[in-house]
Amino acid sequence: MRPGEELPPLEVPITRTLIVAGAIASRDYQDVHHDAELARAKGSPDIFMNILTTNGLVGRYITDHFGPTAILRKVAIRLGAPNHPGDTMVLTGTVERVEATPEGDTATVGVVGANGVGRHVTGTVTVTVPAGGAA
Amino acid sequence: MGGAERVAEGAGGADAGAEEIPYVELKAFEGRAAAVAGRGKDPVNGPMIRHWCEAMGDANPAYAGPDQVAPPTMLQAWTMGGLSGHEGFSGHEGREGCEGHEEHEGQEGQEGHEGHKGRSDAYDALFALLDGAGYTSVVATDCEQEYVRALRPGDLITFDAVIESVSERKTTRLGTGHFVTTRMDVRADGALAGTHRFRILKYAPAARREPVARRPRPVVNRDNAGFWEGVAAHRLLIQRCCGCGAPRFPWLPGCNACGSAEWDTVEASGEGTVHSYVVMHHPPFPAFDPPYAVGLVELAEGVRIVSNVVGVPCDEVRIGMPVRLEFQRVDEELELPVFRASADGGPHEAR
Repeated sequence: MRPGEELPPLEVPITRTLIVAGAIASRDYQDVHHDAELARAKGSPDIFMNILTTNGLVGRYITDHFGPTAILRKVAIRLGAPNHPGDTMVLTGTVERVEATPEGDTATVGVVGANGVGRHVTGTVTVTVPAGGAA
Repeated sequence: MGGAERVAEGAGGADAGAEEIPYVELKAFEGRAAAVAGRGKDPVNGPMIRHWCEAMGDANPAYAGPDQVAPPTMLQAWTMGGLSGHEGFSGHEGREGCEGHEEHEGQEGQEGHEGHKGRSDAYDALFALLDGAGYTSVVATDCEQEYVRALRPGDLITFDAVIESVSERKTTRLGTGHFVTTRMDVRADGALAGTHRFRILKYAPAARREPVARRPRPVVNRDNAGFWEGVAAHRLLIQRCCGCGAPRFPWLPGCNACGSAEWDTVEASGEGTVHSYVVMHHPPFPAFDPPYAVGLVELAEGVRIVSNVVGVPCDEVRIGMPVRLEFQRVDEELELPVFRASADGGPHEAR
């Protein structure tokens, strides 16, 4: 891997099932993540993805690319436009820096997840790929 | 970067009447505990890892099998109170406002430490202060996690959190409020496993900024321009065929009776009767305020025109009711001909 390298995009269909399954798997029972009626009562057009699911998807995007030996060091995300059912989020990533560290090369990857409304998430992931690992 | 921290220029004062809190009062919370001696409800375990991976569509083999580790991004999940919450939880019922959702720049509902045993009095007091001043809505904006060591099945989770910072009052596109940043240390069997920094915006939703709806504009072309010029001069002009003398309305290039393209105009006297009508209740259209009566008015000159019947409650409009033309200004650039019911009522009105 080298600075400037672009990761292949990952298209994530934002289904109602993904939003609800992600919320429950992250033990987040806030009604706006599973109950459309209550979400609407609070002014949202529909349920929307919780931040823990976004975090999980960003982590998956990085380890899908760098392989099972890759070790996540840091995931920092900022949320923007909400992910509602029926939308599609496309995650893209760019390697910003690569450093040699004792465990292997450590890359800083800028990640953006864009949906139909705008940028759902912008973030930075630090990942170490041991020698012999992917990429 | 985007997000709620992007401060909208010139939008100050758009909040829904939230009071300004002296910043020193908020600043005093910095460094105080947000959660003390919290305990994960479940040890790190395989089933929860599998459920997470299924939801995320994550097939990483490192998260399965006898040597499995938990996905690092699950860090916060191990600290969540879940549906039952943590015992001893003195709940904060944060209202999750979603005003103007199309402008949302963050997501509600992620209070990182909500529901944990040991959630501190200081954190409750900070929320009470913000709620009391009108900053009642919550939006999660940032999550920053650093992973110190992998979590494995059997690890017992404990955590403490500190209020790292409270921002000065910021005006965002969502509304005006304060960013509250907490930092949580998550431990596994007593050893630091990761840190979790979480930022929320506690805000007063901005007043809805829906544009004032305006009536649709008439489509003016060379065939009907004369009509709208007449309206602007408070004259209701009817076309009259130069071939056969038939009056016609609405305006058309040729005569339906004889086919002649030659025409001139006559000005309506303004007298008419309700030939038919409907009362509009639903659906409501922007710039219209139901219920209202729409009449098909037969003018004294023998043509009919569709317009509003005014001056009488819409449920008292009747067929045959005499009406009289007037011009109603609906906004700064549009006037329309409407028909006012005569004071003496119509023939169908029982007296």
